[in-house]
Formats: sequence, structure tokens, C-alpha cells
Amino acid sequence: MGSPSFACPPMTQSTALPMTRRGALAAAIAAIAWRPARAAADGDAAQAEALHVLDRFAFGPAPGDLERVARLGASAWIAEQLHPERLALPAWLVDQLGTLRTPGQTQRELIQGYRDAQREAREARKAETAAPDGTQAPDPAAGERRRQAAEIAYESGAERLLQALASPRQLQEVLVDFWFNHFNVFQGKGLDRVLVESYEREAIRPHVLGRFRAMLGATAKHPAMLFYLDNWLSVAPGFQPRRKPGLFGGGGGKAKAAGGLNENYARELMELHTLGVDGGYTQQDVTELARILTGWTLQPEHPKHRRFGDAMDTSATGHGDSVFAFDPARHDNGSKTWLGRSIPPNGQLEGEFALDVLGRHPATARHVASKLARRFVADEPPPALVDRLALRFLETDGDLREVMQALADSREFRDPRPTKFKTPYQYVLSAVRATGIVTTNVRPLMGQLAQLGQPLYGCQTPDGWHDTEADWLNPNAITQRVNFATALAAGKLPLQRVDEPAMPANNALKAMERQADRAMNGNQPVEGSTPPVDAATLLATLGPAISDKTRRAVENTPPALRAALVLGSPDFMRR
Amino acid sequence: MQRRHFLGSTAAAGLAWAAVGRTAFAATGNAPLPGNRRLVVVFLRGAVDGLSVVAPYTEGAYYQQRSSIALARPGQDGGLLDLDEHFGLNPNLAALMPLWQAGKLAFVHASGSPDPTRSHFDAQDYMESGTPGRKGTPDGWLNRLLGAAPAGARASVTRGISVGATLPRIWAGPNPVANIANGARAGKPTQLDRPQVSKAFDALYSGDDAMSRAYRESQQSRAEVNEAMSPAAMDHEQMVANNGAPLPGGFPDDAARLAQLMRRDPNVQIAFLALGGWDTHVNQGGAKGQLANRLQPLGRGLAEFATRLGPAFDDTTVLVISEFGRTARQNGTGGTDHGHGNVMWALGGNIAGGKVYGRWPGVDASALYEGRDLAVTTDFRQVLAGVCMNNLRLPDERLAAVFPGFDGAALNIARA
Repeated sequence: MGSPSFACPPMTQSTALPMTRRGALAAAIAAIAWRPARAAADGDAAQAEALHVLDRFAFGPAPGDLERVARLGASAWIAEQLHPERLALPAWLVDQLGTLRTPGQTQRELIQGYRDAQREAREARKAETAAPDGTQAPDPAAGERRRQAAEIAYESGAERLLQALASPRQLQEVLVDFWFNHFNVFQGKGLDRVLVESYEREAIRPHVLGRFRAMLGATAKHPAMLFYLDNWLSVAPGFQPRRKPGLFGGGGGKAKAAGGLNENYARELMELHTLGVDGGYTQQDVTELARILTGWTLQPEHPKHRRFGDAMDTSATGHGDSVFAFDPARHDNGSKTWLGRSIPPNGQLEGEFALDVLGRHPATARHVASKLARRFVADEPPPALVDRLALRFLETDGDLREVMQALADSREFRDPRPTKFKTPYQYVLSAVRATGIVTTNVRPLMGQLAQLGQPLYGCQTPDGWHDTEADWLNPNAITQRVNFATALAAGKLPLQRVDEPAMPANNALKAMERQADRAMNGNQPVEGSTPPVDAATLLATLGPAISDKTRRAVENTPPALRAALVLGSPDFMRR
Repeated sequence: MQRRHFLGSTAAAGLAWAAVGRTAFAATGNAPLPGNRRLVVVFLRGAVDGLSVVAPYTEGAYYQQRSSIALARPGQDGGLLDLDEHFGLNPNLAALMPLWQAGKLAFVHASGSPDPTRSHFDAQDYMESGTPGRKGTPDGWLNRLLGAAPAGARASVTRGISVGATLPRIWAGPNPVANIANGARAGKPTQLDRPQVSKAFDALYSGDDAMSRAYRESQQSRAEVNEAMSPAAMDHEQMVANNGAPLPGGFPDDAARLAQLMRRDPNVQIAFLALGGWDTHVNQGGAKGQLANRLQPLGRGLAEFATRLGPAFDDTTVLVISEFGRTARQNGTGGTDHGHGNVMWALGGNIAGGKVYGRWPGVDASALYEGRDLAVTTDFRQVLAGVCMNNLRLPDERLAAVFPGFDGAALNIARA
């Protein structure tokens, strides 16, 4: 036991392989049923099983998790996780989340605040041009607005990371990451700077164990998506707006008075969100779907100032605050032919019908099944598992809880070998969780994610981050991870800082990166840093995740570096 | 002692390597060796609008298709920079005109993939694997090129350099590639520069698995990269090349750093950078606007790269590529949607420049691919194959290893 190989073997060749501690237990576990371990004799197996589900359906074990899950049994723990609403959040976490101001704001308030900030910035530039000698003082309110936008961007990250680290609803947090990424929007694009938090909270989070069609509809109608993939501007060819468009200024050129189709969203809706690139649609289908979705736009003015009546469907969000609107005047009222179907003119219902078709299409089921299998089982998803998950998706009309249950029940999922290389997101979160540090300041983690090439909400393209070893294992990545592990284990990261010095509003992320750099590589203690991590406690927390080889190396290392060695070990790079 | 072993041991000695490493360079010599041909690939992710990079200003159809985003004719306010009395260069790329005039910049217009996909992600995948239409190809063509081109005495983990925190598809494969961080972080010391830290981790990453290899490659390449990009060396370069002016962030910064690295580390032979933000569906703009704001730093960065590389630019080829072009007609929102044919750019002292290559199909409605896009008349592999054979001097018989299944004619754009 304890051979040094951490290569990622194909799952079918289990007998001829050198094994890790965890790998050696695979056969034993495969032989026993997927149920609570019975006695001390099964203690090792139960721990390995607990580790496995914590690595896949949680962001790794926190102190005490292995024992808790082993005692409860993996199946019972998964059953709990599939009903997150039954798990209470700890009071301190509720308090922390309660300090965030963004979640209390409506879509309309967020958009209004952003537009005000933009207008003020324009006026400030104008004033500067008018009085280049600085005789006219800059408007302090303008700076305040920009600071608010930067705060919203930070709070989106805080809301996400605080829960991912500390929420007992771990599967929900894992799935929020998965589904946000599936329906990715980019925080760096204009209005989405202030909308990703709302998008995740309203369009993603409530649906990750619900119906796929509900999430599809919620993303289609959320202003973050309407803006990101441009559908809010896509109109029937020749449509003349009743007043000047350009609600949000625009980045340079002015929008023309007469508009037309923009097929950006229609294409990605089929390619990425539903059917998949090989789902059998044509360029003609893209154009026709874009026509179907004309008029799906956003209307951020207060209802009494609206230029057209209430949307037919205001159910996109729980609190009725959606700025989604269907504008019949912008809609292309001609007949369409799409995916071999004839679509008669029917206003917003054309788009609803299209989402219905896409949401229960067999190609969508396969696409979703294969992405889930890749995330939760292996880089090359086992075809039989994909078939089963796709079938379950179709049988249950896209009930994602049922699909996850089928995944959890599968033989492929139960194989406890750590076949997946952690993404930076998974690596950073699992490392902090393993230390047991109660994190209240996530800035160093956001900076670290950016350095590792996976900035939070920072994937520019709609395909989201990729999910395989080939995408993330590279020389620079290992160095950066080791660097992070060393700083974290030494307690150098200010994860408990209370009074954060003001970040520059225009480039807060770069500032977070610099701060993380300084904290990690400086020799001065940083305010809000934590005591060094105790290696023995850490090893107990991680149990069979750490091989005998690594444990021996840890023993031969000066005490100050032991915890760093555990968190920076090859063992800990996998899940 | 071989250079890579020497550097490996200096890395283990931690921060002390800086002083010692300088001697190592002096011993190897700074001058590029004869025949040391180099390639830099710049990938514009998101599909740059090639018709706004090199525009056919003599054609009425170009102006009809693009009522608000077409660039004015040369000589007019915000007008194109004339290239050959038919095509004009986007005025935001003015920094490149000296290279054009010196015959060191060429374009291949109406080039692209034989595969019709308008998916960014499939099209990028094909351009990086070098096998359009085939998704199963496990490796990228730059990695295959590393394997096929003779390394000789230059065998080093820095032979292939990628700028950025991750290694893109184009580098996938068995040959080692080093990646360096974007921006100022490249070359900064890390915890692993402390000897007691590296000693502890060396023991854990001593195996023959992928992670251990990556770890060791990183340790070796960092030593080399840090040496070439040490603050002292940077200061000197900046005084020479930039008159002491600080660099703007982003691409010009990364390009300048890469030039510095390539100039000072003769082991670097193939380099790659990617640049996003070209997916201009809305308010693309013309001489000013979103696309203009992206093109300007790109042009400046490429010009900066050429300047900083100095004499080594004569043996270097820079290719700028993008997964496909955009619709010939502007869309309903002042932008362009996913199209087909595009323009490839080639810069370098051994490029037969001052010329727009390729058979030009025109942008008349009747000439458009599927009635909407610039047609492809040159397979992107014709250009890449030509550069490999004629600019990099890859032996003919090894070309098939770099572009398997490609039997088209290579396009020669090299200076005779």
C-alpha cells in the first residue's frame, strides 16, 4: 500500500494498478453495498466512502466531516444533501450573509444605480474637459457610486464563497457552481457588473435541484443573460424605437435608430445551454430562433413609466421584481420554421414554446448528462452512465434532483478512486475548508482564483470554465497551488480581516491579487491572518485522502512546513 | 554540464540563482544561433472582424453591407491606411504601418477553416488541433511542432512558452511547455524560491506522473524565465526600447515581456499568447468604438514586440489568427454575427511582406458564403504549413506530423 502513483487510470483496469491508500479500498468498497458502514471492521471503508462523497458532492472534508459522514453513512448523507432546504445554516453564517447589502436590492435598483454611476462618470469626464486646470472639484457622489458598483462585485463573490466554504448544504453549493458555469455570464461586461449576484440568487440557486426547464426560463429572462448575450437588443428587422435607444450608453458607437436581429443568444441557447453543438440544428435554425426571441428584452424603468404594458410572464423571479419584458412591437410577427417545426405567430408564447421544446429535447438530456458525468465522475464520461442519466432526465421531465439521485446511485460514481484533477475553484475551497479556518474575508481567495486562471464570475465566454485535467494541469498551476498552500498553512492570508482598506473602485480584482501577493510573500504578519495550521489535525481531517508516501514525507519535514506539504501535495490536487 | 541541469541545480539553490544565473547566460552567449527560427502565435479569441482589420475600400458592396461600421476610404477623416490601392488597414493599427512599409508585414485575406462551424468553441478547437472537422485529435499543432522540429542543443523546458495561467488546447500533447503568468507576476519570486520549501516539495513531486513532471518543468523554467526577466535586465531593456516610459497594462505589456524573454533566453523557440474580447455583436463601432479600442493596444503591442526583439525579429515569425470571421453584413444592433472567412496576419523579418496574399472572392452578395459571410479561399493550414516549412525550415517530410491529413498546397509567404 502507498505506492507513489497518482496517475488517473481508466476505471475499468482496477486490478493491475498500483494503488493509493484510497485506491486500495476500492475493491473492498465495491464489494459491500452502498449503505451505512456497520462496524469498526468497516471503519476504513466507511471513511474512504465518506471522503469520496465529500470530494464529489461537497468541496472536500472540513474538520470532523469524515467521522460525521462515515457514521451517518454516505447514502443517508446524500439523501440529506438532496434536500438542502431541510438543513439549517449556522447562525454565524446567517449573520455574515446578513451584512451583505446587495441581496436586498431589486433588479431595478441595481440597474438604476449602475446607470446613475455611468451618467455621473460621463459628467465628471465632461467637467474635467471643461476645466482641465482642476478648478471644478470632482463630484464626490460620482466616486461613491463607482465604489458601490465595486462593492456589489465584491459582495457577489462573498455571498458565493462564504456559503461554498461553510454551508452544510454542500451539494447545493457545488451545483450552484456547476449550473452558473453552464449558464455562464461574465461579470466584466457592462451592466453584468452589478447583476451577477442577482442572477445567481434568482435564476440559478433556486433551481439547481428543481426542473431544468425552470432554470432555462429563469436564465432566459434574467437581465444578466439578456444583456450578456445581447438578446435585449434583438428586434424585428426594421423596427423603429419610439424614443432613443441606448438605455445604458453603449461602448462607443451609437446604436442605430432602426434595429434588427442579433443571433448571439439564440445560437448559444442551443449550442451551450440545451442541445449541444452536435445537437442537429442548422444556421437557419439559429436565425429562426433569434426571430422567435425578438422582443424578449428588459424594461428597467419603474412600472408607471413603462412604455408598454406588463410582461405576460412576471414569474421569472420569486419576488415579482423582474425587469424582463416582452415587447410585442419589437417582435418579428412572421411565421418561422425551426427544428423542422412550423411556428405560427404567437408573441411571447413562441419563445416559451421554443424553451419547452429545447428543455425536453433528447439532445439536451444527453448534453446535460454528459456534462454532469464529466464533473462528478471522469474527464471521459462513461457512455453507459451518460445514457442512464439522459434517460432519467427524459423520464422525469428534467427533474434535476432525480438526475442527481441516479448519478449518486450509479456504479461509476461509487468508484472511490480520485479520478478528477481539482479546478482552481475546487482546490482553493477544499484547502480552506480542510484547515477549518472560519473565513469572513474572501478577498484573498478571489485574488488567488484570478491568479490561478479561474477568476470568480470572470469567464468571458459563454461556454464557462472547462472541467478536465487537460484544462487545468500545467507547470504554472502546480507552482501557484504550492505557493498558496504554503501561505495558507502558515496563516498568512488575512481571511479574518474585519476592516478592509478601501479597494480602488475601477480595478478591485487586480488590487485583491496584489494584496494576496503581498500577504503570501511578505514576512510581516498581516492583520486578520490566522494561526499556523496544525499538521496532525489537518491529516486527521483529510484521512485517507493523504497517502502513506506523503505522510512519510511530512514526518521528515520541519514542523513549520508540514501542513503546507499536506495541502500542496499531489494527493490533495485530486478529488 | 548541460544547461538545463545547471539551471535545475540553481533553482534548488533558491534566490541565490539570480547572481549565478547571469554567468550561465554569459557562458551560453546572447546572440541567437544561426538557423534559430522562431514562431509566435497570437490567437484572437472570439472571432475578430477581419473585414474591419483589412477592408476592401474600393468595393461599393463593402459600404453597402456596413452602413454604420464601414471604415472610410484612405485620406478621409478616420479613414483606412492604404495598403495596396484596394485594401486598407484599420487606422487603429497605425503602429504597424512602419512594418508594412519595411516589407515585414503581410496579410492572407479570405483565409480560414474548411469546416463550416460558426461555433466559437468548435472553431477554436479545430484551429488549435490543426485538424478541422475532427474533434478526437488529442494534441495541438504547436505541441506537435515542438516534437517535429529539430531541437538540437536547444532542448529546454522553455522551448515552448505560453503566456497565461493555463495551457490552451494548441499546446496539448507530450512535449513540455512552460507557461508564465500574465503581467508583472511573471518572474516574481514565490514561496518555492525558499530552499527549505522547494526541498520539501521536491520530494513529493519526484515521480513520473503528470503532476510531478509539471512541477519539475515549472521549477526549471522559472529559473530560466526569472533570469531573463530579472528587474535589472528589464530596466536596461526598457531604457533602450521605450525611453523609460512605463508600459500600459494588458497586451502591450505581455508582448514586451515576451520579447524580453525571447531576446535574453535563446532557448525559447515557439511562443503563444491569446487575447479575448473580439465577439462584437453589438455597437462594434468604426474608426472609434469597441473594436477600435481592442485593436489599438494589439497594434501597439505587436509593434513594441518587434522593436524589443531587436535583430532577433529577423528570424522570428509572428502569426495573428482568429477562429473565423464575422458576417459581411452588419446585424441589427450595430455589430456583426459569427461568419466564416477572415484575415490572417504575419509579421517578421523573414516574411515577404507589404502584400495581401490570397485569392480575394469579394463581398458582393453573390460572392458571399451561404449568402452572408466572406468565403474561405485559403485553408488556414496552407498558411501555417508554409510558415513551418519556409520560415521555420521544418523539413518537408515532418510536415505531415504537424498537420496530419492535410494534403493542400503550402502558401509561401517567406522572404526568398
